Amino acid sequence: MSAVELADQFESVEKQEHAARLGMWFFLGSETLLFGGLFALYASYRAMYPFEFHQALLHNDTMLGTVNTLVLITSSFTVALAVHYVRMDRSRLAALLLGLSTAFGVTFLVIKFVEYGDHIRHHVLPAGMYSMADSPPGGVVMGQTLYWFMTALHALHVVAGMILLGIAAVGCARRRYGRSRFIVVENSGLYWHLVDIVWIFLWPLFYLAK
Amino acid sequence: MSDATLGMDADARMDPRGAGATHPDYMRAESGLRSWLLTKDHKRIALMFYGAVLLFLGLGGIFALILRTELLTPEATIIDPATYNQMFTLHGVTMVWLFMIPAIPTVFGNFALPLMLGAKDLAFPRLNLLSFYVYVASAVIILGAMVAGGADTGWTFYVPYSSTSPTAVTWMGIGIFVNGMSSIMTAINFVVSTHTLRATGLRWQRLPLFVWAIYGTSIIILFATPVLGLSLVLVALDHGLGLGIFDPRYGGDPVLFQHLFWFYSHPAVYIMILPAFAVISEVVCTYSQRPPASYRAIAYSSLGIAFGGFFTWGHHMFVAGMSEFDAGAFGGLSMFVAIFSAIKVFTWVATLRGGSIAFQTPMLYFLWFLFLFVFGGMTGVAVATQSLDVHWHDGYFVVAHFHFIMVGGTLTAFLAGAHYWFPKMFGKLYDERVGLVASVAVFIGFVFTFLPQFLLGNAGMPRRYYSYPPQYQWLNVLSTGGAWLLGAALLLALVNLVVALKWGRRAGPNPWGSRSFEWITSSPPSKHNFDVTPIIERTPYDYHLSEEDARERSRAS
Repeated sequence: MSAVELADQFESVEKQEHAARLGMWFFLGSETLLFGGLFALYASYRAMYPFEFHQALLHNDTMLGTVNTLVLITSSFTVALAVHYVRMDRSRLAALLLGLSTAFGVTFLVIKFVEYGDHIRHHVLPAGMYSMADSPPGGVVMGQTLYWFMTALHALHVVAGMILLGIAAVGCARRRYGRSRFIVVENSGLYWHLVDIVWIFLWPLFYLAK
Repeated sequence: MSDATLGMDADARMDPRGAGATHPDYMRAESGLRSWLLTKDHKRIALMFYGAVLLFLGLGGIFALILRTELLTPEATIIDPATYNQMFTLHGVTMVWLFMIPAIPTVFGNFALPLMLGAKDLAFPRLNLLSFYVYVASAVIILGAMVAGGADTGWTFYVPYSSTSPTAVTWMGIGIFVNGMSSIMTAINFVVSTHTLRATGLRWQRLPLFVWAIYGTSIIILFATPVLGLSLVLVALDHGLGLGIFDPRYGGDPVLFQHLFWFYSHPAVYIMILPAFAVISEVVCTYSQRPPASYRAIAYSSLGIAFGGFFTWGHHMFVAGMSEFDAGAFGGLSMFVAIFSAIKVFTWVATLRGGSIAFQTPMLYFLWFLFLFVFGGMTGVAVATQSLDVHWHDGYFVVAHFHFIMVGGTLTAFLAGAHYWFPKMFGKLYDERVGLVASVAVFIGFVFTFLPQFLLGNAGMPRRYYSYPPQYQWLNVLSTGGAWLLGAALLLALVNLVVALKWGRRAGPNPWGSRSFEWITSSPPSKHNFDVTPIIERTPYDYHLSEEDARERSRAS
């Protein structure tokens, strides 16, 4: 395992790692606002079309949504364990846990795409995919459009998170990351927790509040 | 400092060329195209941004001149109506996203912020370089979209027109989204650097005011840009794939787009003006050789503007269907932000009192800034009043108002900064007389361009119209003449600086006698800015100390 290289501009390794962590937190804050805009849209449209939203969300399978929630929460737990173990210099175990978390990410996406497939078969589509003739009333379509866009944007974040976890896992497996160098693992973990937290908001909005 | 030098007097101990002058400066430290394109040095990245934003200022300026020339006569002059619609969109998009938002932070922020912190670089140099290339990529996408069909929606991209326009709105939207990513990268870098890279003894209360304002700007960028990126991506998907989130046929509400858009774009106004405040605060203290009348008032009002700016977006939508209560609330909140701006203006003016004022080029720009910004700000308070806004909405009054802030404020401050930091960036002095003449010409050109537009707007001329009744012509002729004068003056200022690059006299480390920290190091600075991290034992505005004492209390050799 190699120690952290200290960049010229920093006084100490502690400050350098503090900077990396702080940068990640500000980035996460920025990401929150990205989804924040969508939550605002959801709130406005739901207030506008309470009954139509109800109808739109009836197509969503609570079971699948809940299983996916459990999958993501479990993956966040394994990521947290990985960060814990890499700090204790047990890099191989951390690599294993990160690999497992990435696999949970894959599981999440597989379930999500099974769901998307169902929706397509049942013609539950975003607005642009309808021909004007047979589309349900506007409010219902809006519920579905938001569902598709918000979950798809979240799925993109899952993919980005998996890439980060994968990088961290490879680094741990090669013992590049360990007790004295774990900021990459920590930051990837932070990002993954954001992905998880966003889903924890999407879950009630699209599966429970029907 | 070695023991051998301790016995000498304070002046001789310091290298008169500034700290670190024994090393080759950052422009000569490495050579070859590769050493520029792959540099991680914040100063070189600043220069690359400088070149890029000047290019887009020129491009946006040419669009503006074409527009103004077209408006010389009530009917067709040089372009057809469709081209006119494209032209004002391109002018807006280029000026807002490719010049105004990045200009001061990425050029002077990148260059001066680490120097002011006493740091060797920003916290994430690679991210900084990436930010430049992402900016270039966004410019390429936007320019590509201009060539591949342009856009005729105006820079605001209002739906439903933008989702049905036959022009290249999709790519425009994607380009602006990518541009936002570049802004966010720069903002994260500035915020984190301010938190982690301050030199020993450089407490928050000792930071130059420039740093406070750039910090405030970065916070706004971080929290507003994602919302804009999102709303333009939604418009792009609406336009390209028929996503339909704002499409009334599918239950969408076009007014919601306006809410999302202005939630970003109103704070974006502060993204554009806070960096101007940053430059102005430095200029006014240096050229009056006085500390700011109230450091805290200027520093905290930046944060107040950054925060308050998020709650005023509704004042753009008074005629888009809004309840009396909402309109009153948004109007009131907008005026609340004006209080912070007024605090700044009064503090700058009070700073002049009792100072020994030097009327050099940047200081002259400061005076124009003061006059134009107050004018623009006061008309802003007027348009924040619903009853008045209903008359002025979508007319030339609004155009004149925001150009007073954006051009009279930000561009003027950009010019002040370009002259103020010129010796530090390039180690040369520009010709003061030509600089002063160009500055006066900029002011006169500006007033002739935009003052008539207030009158046009009040008389009822709508914005973005290709033709107008003949009685508006004389004011339009004045405005067009002013625009050409403004263009020529800007060109003169640029030529003056370019000439100085080659033929200017050599500048010392601190030609203006400033106490701010970027002037401790040599001009131009060496690659690593300071040989050792400076130890700061004073504020950046300690004008009661002699220059020698000031240097002694910010040791960097």
